[in-house]
Amino acid sequence: MSFLRRPTSLFRPRRGPDQSLLTENRALIEDIDRRKLLRGAVSLGALSMLTGCDIAEQSQVQSALRSVSSFNDWVQARIFDPNKLAPTYSLDQVVKPPRFNAYYEIENVKPVDLSSWKLELSGLIADKRPWSLDQIHALPEQEVIIKHICVEGWDYIGQWSGPNLRQFLTQIGADLTAKYVAFHGQDDYMESIDMASALHPQTILATKYAGEPITDPFGAPLRLRTAVKLGFKNPKWIRAIEVTNTYPEGFWEKQGFNWFSGL
Amino acid sequence: MKKMHPVVIRVMHWTNAIAMIIMIMSGWKIYNDEVIFGFLHFPDAVTLGPWAQHGLQWHFFGMWVLGLNGLAYLIYGLVTGRFRRLLLPISPREVIREALAAARFRLQHADLTHYNAVQKTLYVGVILVIILQVISGLAIWKPVQFSFLTALFYDFQGARLAHFFGMTAICLFMVVHVALALLVPKTLLAMITGGPRVDDRPARRRASAPASNM
Repeated sequence: MSFLRRPTSLFRPRRGPDQSLLTENRALIEDIDRRKLLRGAVSLGALSMLTGCDIAEQSQVQSALRSVSSFNDWVQARIFDPNKLAPTYSLDQVVKPPRFNAYYEIENVKPVDLSSWKLELSGLIADKRPWSLDQIHALPEQEVIIKHICVEGWDYIGQWSGPNLRQFLTQIGADLTAKYVAFHGQDDYMESIDMASALHPQTILATKYAGEPITDPFGAPLRLRTAVKLGFKNPKWIRAIEVTNTYPEGFWEKQGFNWFSGL
Repeated sequence: MKKMHPVVIRVMHWTNAIAMIIMIMSGWKIYNDEVIFGFLHFPDAVTLGPWAQHGLQWHFFGMWVLGLNGLAYLIYGLVTGRFRRLLLPISPREVIREALAAARFRLQHADLTHYNAVQKTLYVGVILVIILQVISGLAIWKPVQFSFLTALFYDFQGARLAHFFGMTAICLFMVVHVALALLVPKTLLAMITGGPRVDDRPARRRASAPASNM
């Protein structure tokens, strides 16, 4: 074919683009709807003319700050010592009940229906069979009395118990060399943590607070409690755990909070 | 003979000024999310970022600028002898005498190239407060990895309190510093143009230097 005999341009890359990029980002590419893009561009242009303020500049600052935040993720992963234990406290320092926090008020908590609840598993896990609550309760329990530190600045000491996450991940045959563990809540809350923090000795799937089953506002029947992350990285009302190498982000990160958020 | 404020000092000074303003204004935004004192909220007009997360983004960007610039400044000041030459010695008696003179608006600062005892105290003081501020900041950022730092302030809330008071001290310094610079505008000018030329060699070497070299 004459096409093949055409001299290659100096500017043409010797190797074509890596096709795996296309498959990896298929969802993203499919998401780029041309019509939506056009509509977005038109309304963005109109908006900038209306307000007289430079939206492009605003978003440039925002994207620069987000890049710094990603760099800080990397730095924090370097600072993180997998063997460094968080300070623990005595029973009499435990606050009862724990402090409520969510992106909505306590009255709006929708209790999990325990009769139908199952823990779903997905991603890089060998045995993806779902777990019943009884099965989880049958696992060895670990208790941690640790500080919950909120990104806002408040903190309290809590007494949490439940299966150790490292043991659980090992038992279900999760790929412990994967990068991320994501936790999907019953509400639309999702948070992900790095594998090293998931494997930290003070990271548990909590089922109890102060020796009693966790009550509805605090994440019943299952929530994450890790001593090495800020409060918002500890999702409540967990219904699924996913092990993955694809950056899953999280509820608060989408709004600009730092992803690693390690203590 | 080089200028009193070599260009590297001027660049570091103004970098620090901008970084410090970013840190304070974004810090106020973060503070507002969970106030320490019920009566104190910082108005939105003086905080950085529309929401707390943006305040945090600015704060964790500013920390690199402040920290790296500050580190360079400390190394420069120690290695070149600038600190020893300009900031030391501080005699307590002189500090008291000059503080009283300053209170009566009689403090002299005719020779720009020599700091009076009040200036020396303020400059050394603010450097130490900023170092402490970095330490309490790290204690808040990493209360598990750097738990030994957090323990210096009793606990996490102690570190927050120390960080707040450090900010207060730096703000007070800035008020005095800016007010005095405006009262004696040539000091402000010197931090832009470099100021008069000075002999920055140690006194010992200066005395023994042959006259032809002067």
